[in-house]
Amino acid sequence: MASLWEYANPVKFMKVSGWLMPVTAVIAGAMIVVGLIWGFFFTPDDFRQGSTVKIIFLHVPSALMAINAWAMMFIASLIWLIRRHHVSALAAKAAGPIGATMTMIALFTGAVWGQPMWGTWWVWDPRLTSFLILFLFYIGYIALWSAIEDPDTAADLTSVLCLVGSVFAVLSRYAAIFWNQGLHQGASLSMAPGTRMDWSYKGPLYICMIGFVFLFLALVLAGTRTEIRNRRIKALMIRERATA
Amino acid sequence: MIALLIRDLRLAFRAGGGFGLGLGFFLILAVLVPLGVGPDQTTLGLIAPGILWIGALLACLLSLDRLFALDFEDGSLDLLATSPIPLEGVVAIKALAHWLTTCLPLALAAPVLGILLNLPGPAYGALILSLLVGTPALSIIGAFGAALTVGLKRGGLLLSLLVLPLYVPTLVFGAQTVTRAAQGLDLTTPLLLLGGLTAGSVALLPFAAAFALRINLR
Repeated sequence: MASLWEYANPVKFMKVSGWLMPVTAVIAGAMIVVGLIWGFFFTPDDFRQGSTVKIIFLHVPSALMAINAWAMMFIASLIWLIRRHHVSALAAKAAGPIGATMTMIALFTGAVWGQPMWGTWWVWDPRLTSFLILFLFYIGYIALWSAIEDPDTAADLTSVLCLVGSVFAVLSRYAAIFWNQGLHQGASLSMAPGTRMDWSYKGPLYICMIGFVFLFLALVLAGTRTEIRNRRIKALMIRERATA
Repeated sequence: MIALLIRDLRLAFRAGGGFGLGLGFFLILAVLVPLGVGPDQTTLGLIAPGILWIGALLACLLSLDRLFALDFEDGSLDLLATSPIPLEGVVAIKALAHWLTTCLPLALAAPVLGILLNLPGPAYGALILSLLVGTPALSIIGAFGAALTVGLKRGGLLLSLLVLPLYVPTLVFGAQTVTRAAQGLDLTTPLLLLGGLTAGSVALLPFAAAFALRINLR
């Protein structure tokens, strides 16, 4: 019976991710292209917001991945701390910069949309504020990874930081809501009955969101593979120095 | 454990221990803000609660990198780790010593600086109360950050980068308590949330900090 943990073996992981990465990358590319073209060119303008509304096809998926990247880091850190699988720690490391970039894309597209719609690039709205704070958490996480030389110590300490940081990130989110009632609209997509968004918008939005999930997967796999190769190079160099 | 507390307090009070540095920093900040913002009394009164809380937070941050660093360098942290006291207890005691030498004086000095910043009358009690309730969280969160960075050569700046985002909820609830008091509103909700935050941090973070210390001592 094959167990999920077999993929924690670097050799097996490299073998599987070797074909999984291109596949996810192609799916991600295709879905994002289809979703964006459908959304940008074959969707009618909003009657009040005009064509500016179409930035949601980038804004919502990147915001989704900004949060889920941290969630993935949280799970990967837990797996590292409990089961000590190196691949898991390296995957968390790879997800850090990707999540930070997603957060930046979400903040940037939000600012570009907010300028014509709200009349300002930035307001201290709870959602905007908590995203900025999330970005700070990403920066701290990445900085701690790069500051420590020993890879196992770095993996341990960043994992603890990720776990504690998750709690405080959630606390900050609710503190920000308490602190200021915002300008940002509520969730546009919801499981609750009653349609809020027409399918001509929902269709491309869902496609873009799935595309971004695959994009994130492909990037994390690529980053993890790079980290594993880096370790192998280091091991080889040490071995060569020992024999020379 | 009491012996350790007394030792840490003595070290802090002696020459070179850095006691009073935080207070001095807090005072300078309260002087610099009106110089930067302008002497308008109403503006100062509006921003005073936030400035006082940010000042206390930064002054608290200032002394954090000494929390474990000196003991780590001269090896006494190794001794403490192998002593019969659990490392979690050591962390809690060190955070308590930090709170007594840094944050408690800040909380007591804050009303004086409140006068400088024209803090509205009803807010003084809330200022002291919120600082007394909220700053233990700052000390223990800081102890966690210090434990993460204790092994690093240039840990100081990284420490602020790691700790300041963690301070966000405490700052929000603390400053909200004082602001609400200044506006004559009910301050029970933010004060209770602040207390909950402190209680949760004090209960859980010593374990995270001790875990990080053990990794760094490996």
